[in-house]
Amino acid sequence: MTAASNSSVDVAIIGGGPAGLSAALALHQLGITNVVVLERETQAGGAPRHTEHLGYGIRDLHRVTTGQRYAAELRKRVNAAGITVRTATTAVDWLDDTTLQIADTTGLSTIAARCVVLATGVRERPRAARLVAGDRGAGIFTTGSLQQLTANHHQRPGKRAVIVGAEHVSFSAVLTLRHAGCDVIAMVTPLPRHQSYAALRVATATRHRVPIITGTNIAEIHGRKRVEAVTLTNGHRIECDTVVFTGDWIPDNELARRGDIDIDIASRSPIVDGSWRTNRRGVFAIGNLIHPAEPADICALDGRNVASAVAGWMATNNWPTDPLRIVVENPISWISPGAVQPRAAAALKHFTLRVSEPVADATICVTQNGTVLWRSRRPRRLVPNRSISISASWLTKVDPAGSDINVALNVSVAVEERLR
Amino acid sequence: MPEIYDVVVIGAGVVGTAVARLLSHQHLEVALLDAGPDIGAGTSKANTAILHTGFDATPGSIESRLVARGYALLNDYAPTAGIAIEPIGALLVAWDDEQAASLNTSAEKAVANGYLGASLIDAQSVYELEPQLASGARGAMVVPDEFIIDPWSTPLAFAKEAIANGVAWLPNHSVTKLDRSHDITVISTAEQHTLRARCVVNAAGLHSDDVHALFGLTGFTVRPRRGELIVFDKLARSLLAHTILPVPTSHTKGVLVAPTVFGNVMLGPTADDIDDKTATSSTRAGIDALLAKGQRILPALLHEEVTAVYAGLRAATQHSDYQISHDPTLGYVCLGGIRSTGLTASMALAEETLALLQQCGLVATPKAPDELRSIRVTNLGEAFERPYQRGSSGAIVCHCERTTRDEIVEACTVAPAATTLDGIRRRTRALSGRCQGFYCSAEVCALAANASGKPMTDWLGNQ
Ligand SMILES: Cc1cc2nc3c(=O)[nH]c(=O)nc-3n(C[C@H](O)[C@H](O)[C@H](O)COP(=O)(O)OP(=O)(O)OC[C@H]3O[C@@H](n4cnc5c(N)ncnc54)[C@H](O)[C@@H]3O)c2cc1C
Ligand SMILES: Cc1cc2nc3c(=O)[nH]c(=O)nc-3n(C[C@H](O)[C@H](O)[C@H](O)COP(=O)(O)OP(=O)(O)OC[C@H]3O[C@@H](n4cnc5c(N)ncnc54)[C@H](O)[C@@H]3O)c2cc1C
Repeated sequence: MTAASNSSVDVAIIGGGPAGLSAALALHQLGITNVVVLERETQAGGAPRHTEHLGYGIRDLHRVTTGQRYAAELRKRVNAAGITVRTATTAVDWLDDTTLQIADTTGLSTIAARCVVLATGVRERPRAARLVAGDRGAGIFTTGSLQQLTANHHQRPGKRAVIVGAEHVSFSAVLTLRHAGCDVIAMVTPLPRHQSYAALRVATATRHRVPIITGTNIAEIHGRKRVEAVTLTNGHRIECDTVVFTGDWIPDNELARRGDIDIDIASRSPIVDGSWRTNRRGVFAIGNLIHPAEPADICALDGRNVASAVAGWMATNNWPTDPLRIVVENPISWISPGAVQPRAAAALKHFTLRVSEPVADATICVTQNGTVLWRSRRPRRLVPNRSISISASWLTKVDPAGSDINVALNVSVAVEERLR
Repeated sequence: MPEIYDVVVIGAGVVGTAVARLLSHQHLEVALLDAGPDIGAGTSKANTAILHTGFDATPGSIESRLVARGYALLNDYAPTAGIAIEPIGALLVAWDDEQAASLNTSAEKAVANGYLGASLIDAQSVYELEPQLASGARGAMVVPDEFIIDPWSTPLAFAKEAIANGVAWLPNHSVTKLDRSHDITVISTAEQHTLRARCVVNAAGLHSDDVHALFGLTGFTVRPRRGELIVFDKLARSLLAHTILPVPTSHTKGVLVAPTVFGNVMLGPTADDIDDKTATSSTRAGIDALLAKGQRILPALLHEEVTAVYAGLRAATQHSDYQISHDPTLGYVCLGGIRSTGLTASMALAEETLALLQQCGLVATPKAPDELRSIRVTNLGEAFERPYQRGSSGAIVCHCERTTRDEIVEACTVAPAATTLDGIRRRTRALSGRCQGFYCSAEVCALAANASGKPMTDWLGNQ
C-alpha cells in the first residue's frame, strides 16, 4: 500500500462520463492542462459504457455509434491528449470552497483545485424511491442495472418482463431485454401516451409491438422469492418474472448538496447560471447532473462549452454572485440553467425545460417584471420526459436590476375554446 | 459431527446466535441451526435498531429485567466486536395535552424500571434540541441512554464468535420433529437430517410456538404483528440529532423517527396483527400512513428521497411478556414471544438460557480465557472508520454505501458466509444505498459468483 498523497491542480473534474471527459478535452484545447478527472468507477466513460445499442454521438462526434464505442472513443481522445484520469477515485466531501476529500484504493487524501467541475450524472429512481408496495423478490431492476448485467456479464435477467415507464430510456430497456432473450409483456405509464421518438424505431428493430398500457401505474409487486406478477393501479394483474423501472431520473447530487450548492426543488439538480456556475465559488456543474436526463452528446456539448467559462474564471478570479433566478410556472416542471447573470456574457445558446403533463399548441413566454422578453409558439404537442429547447437570445434583453425571470406556457385561445 | 450434541439451538436470529455464542464459551458440543440459508434473516433483519434502556417496559416483567441487563451487556460487547453503536439518546415527544400529561406517567414508569436517566423538558427546549421538528410539540421526556446500533452486525458477530469457538453452524435445517427418549432428543428436519442432543433451545422467533408444539407443549400462540418501515436517504441525517419517540400506547411503541448508524433516517414501524408468518410485504396503506406520520413529526424528511421500504414481523403472543420456560425432563428451554426488544435483550437471554440449561442438568464448564477466540466484524457505521477510508481493501464497488471489493469477497467466504444478495447487503451494506443497485448490482453479483464459486444466476435468484 502506498500512502495516499495530497495534490493540487488547476481544475478537478468530478465524474468521467461524456460531460466530464469532454470538458477535460476542451480545457486541454484552451491550454489548460493541469487538469484531473476523478472517476469512481474502475473505467472512465460514464453511463454509455453499458449500452450496446446505437444512438450515441450524433451532435458531438457527428456519427451514430453504440454507447460502448462512444465511451471508448472519448477515453481514447482523453488518453491521446495526455489528460490525467484517476479511476477508482471518489470525491467524498469538501474541505473548503474548491478543495476535495477523495477516496481511492490507498484511503483518504485531498485534492486542492482552483476550480471544480461537477459532472456526476444521474441515476434512475429505483423501486423503493417510487414507493411501490409489495414483496421484494428477485427480478427487480432499473435500466442501468439491467444493462450492466446483460452488456458486461451476459446474464439473462428473466423470461417475462414488465417495463415501468415509456420514455426514451424505457425503449432502450426493451431493446436490451429482447437482446437478452427476455420477452417484454407490457410497458406501463401513468401518462396518456408514450414519450419517445424511439418507439417506432424500436418496434421496427424488434419486429414486435410492445403493448403500452397508458394512464395507469404499477401499484404492487408480488412474489416473495422471485417476482411472479404485478398489479396496476387500474386493478389489472400481469404475470411476469421481471420488472424494470426506467427513467424517473434523479441527479447524483450528493456531493453538490454536501457543498451547500442550491438545488432546484423539481429536478433536484444544482442551479447554475448561463455559464454553468453554481452558487459555490469556483464550482461549475454540467451534464445530466443539471438536466436529468438528456442524451450523452448533449452532455458532451455542456463539457465543451463550460471550458471557456472555466478559463474566464481562472483568468479574472471574478465569480458573480446573486444571479437572477428563472421561475417556472405549471405545467413547466423545471428549466436548466435555472439562473442567469445578466451582466456577464454567457456561452449558453439554449435553455432546456420539461413539462409535467402533455400540452398542445402552447406559447412559451419569457417575462421579467411583466415585460415579455421572448415568446415562441409550439404548435406540436409538448410531452413530459422530453426536452423542450428554447433560445437563449433573450438574455441580452434582461434588465440586470429587474426581478427574477418568469417562464410560463400560454395555451392558445383556439385550443382553450376547443377544450371547452 | 459429534454423535450427540450437548445443546442444539433452533433458530439463528439475534437470540439464537447470542445463545450459541455464550454456549461456545463452555466446554460443550453445540450446533446452531436455522431453516433458512443464513443467520439473522428472520425478524432480526428488519427492526428499528434501537438499543433500548427498557424505560417503558412493564415494571417487574421478565422483559424489563432482561432488556436492562441486555442493554448493559451489548453496550459493552459491541465496541469490542466492531459493531457500530451511537449514543444519541431519544426524545419522547408529546404532541397534545393528553400526551403531555402522560409524560409524567412515563417518567415514573422509567424509575419503576430502574432507569434513572430520564428528565422532562418544555417545548422550547425540545426545539432547541431538534429545530426541524414539526410545530406543536408540547414537551418531551429526554432518554439520553436510548442508543442506536447496527442490527445486522450484531447477530453476525455472535455467530462468527460462536463458530470460531467450535459451534457447528447448520443452515437449511428446518426442524419438523422432536422426539425425546432416554434423555436424548432426536431432531429431524424437512431436509432429512437427523441430529441428537441432550438439550434443545427453542429460539425460533415467529415459529417458537410451532417448535414448542413439537414437544406437545402449549401455552402461547404467535400472531405476527407486522411493522412497516421507510428508510430515507443519508442526506436526511442532518435533520435530527436524537431518536424521536412517540408517547407509547398499550398496543405498540408507536411510530418513531430514528437515525441509523449507517447514516440514514428511519420512519416506522406500523403495527398490524396479521395471520401469515411470511407476510413481510409492504402495503400501500402502511406506506401512506407512515408518510402522514412523518409529515406530522419531521416535515422536511418528506422532501428527501426514500432509500428502502420494508417490513418486519414481531413475534407477538396473547401475553405481553416474553414466554420463557424450561423443562428438565425434556432438556428443553423455550425463548418464545421475544416481540419488540429482542435485539437489546439478546445477550441477557443467552445468560438466562445458560442458567436454565444448567437447571435442566447440563454440566457446563467454562473455557479458560486462553482457550477462547475473539472476533471482529467489519464496521459498517458512519461514526467509525470504514475500510474505504483506511485503504488497501480494493476499489469501492458500491458507491452509495462505499463498500470495497475485499468486503464483498469476505462476506461470501468467511463463515457464516452469505449465500444471497440480501446476505451480502447485511454484511457489507452493498446494494442497500440510494441507487439500490443501479450502479453496482451486476458487479456485486459477479464478485460474489467469483468468490463463492456459485454461478451468477444463483445470486440473481433466477430459476
Ligand atoms: C439505460 C440508459 C440508456 C441510455 N441511452 C442513451 C442513448 O441511446 N443515447 C444517448 O445519447 N444517451 C443515452 N443515455 C444517456 C447517457 O448515458 C447520458 O446522457 C450520459 O451518460 C450523461 O453523461 P454525464 O457525463 O452527465 O453523466 P454519466 O455518464 O452518468 O457520468 C457520470 C460519471 O460520474 C462518476 N461519478 C459520480 N459521482 C462521482 C464522485 N463523487 N466521484 C467520482 N466520480 C463520480 C460516475 O461514476 C460516472 O462515471 C442513456 C442512459 C441510460 C442510463
Ligand atoms: C418492526 C420491528 C422493530 C423492532 N425494533 C426493535 C428495536 O428497535 N430494538 C430491539 O431491541 N428490538 C426490536 N425489535 C425486536 C427484535 O427485532 C426481535 O425481538 C428479535 O429480532 C427476535 O429475534 P429472534 O432471534 O427471536 O427471532 P428471528 O430473528 O425471527 O429468528 C428466528 C429464526 O428461527 C428460524 N426458525 C424458525 N422456525 C424454525 C424451525 N422449525 N427450524 C429451524 N429454524 C427455524 C427462522 O428461520 C429464524 O431465522 C423489532 C421488531 C420489529 C418487527
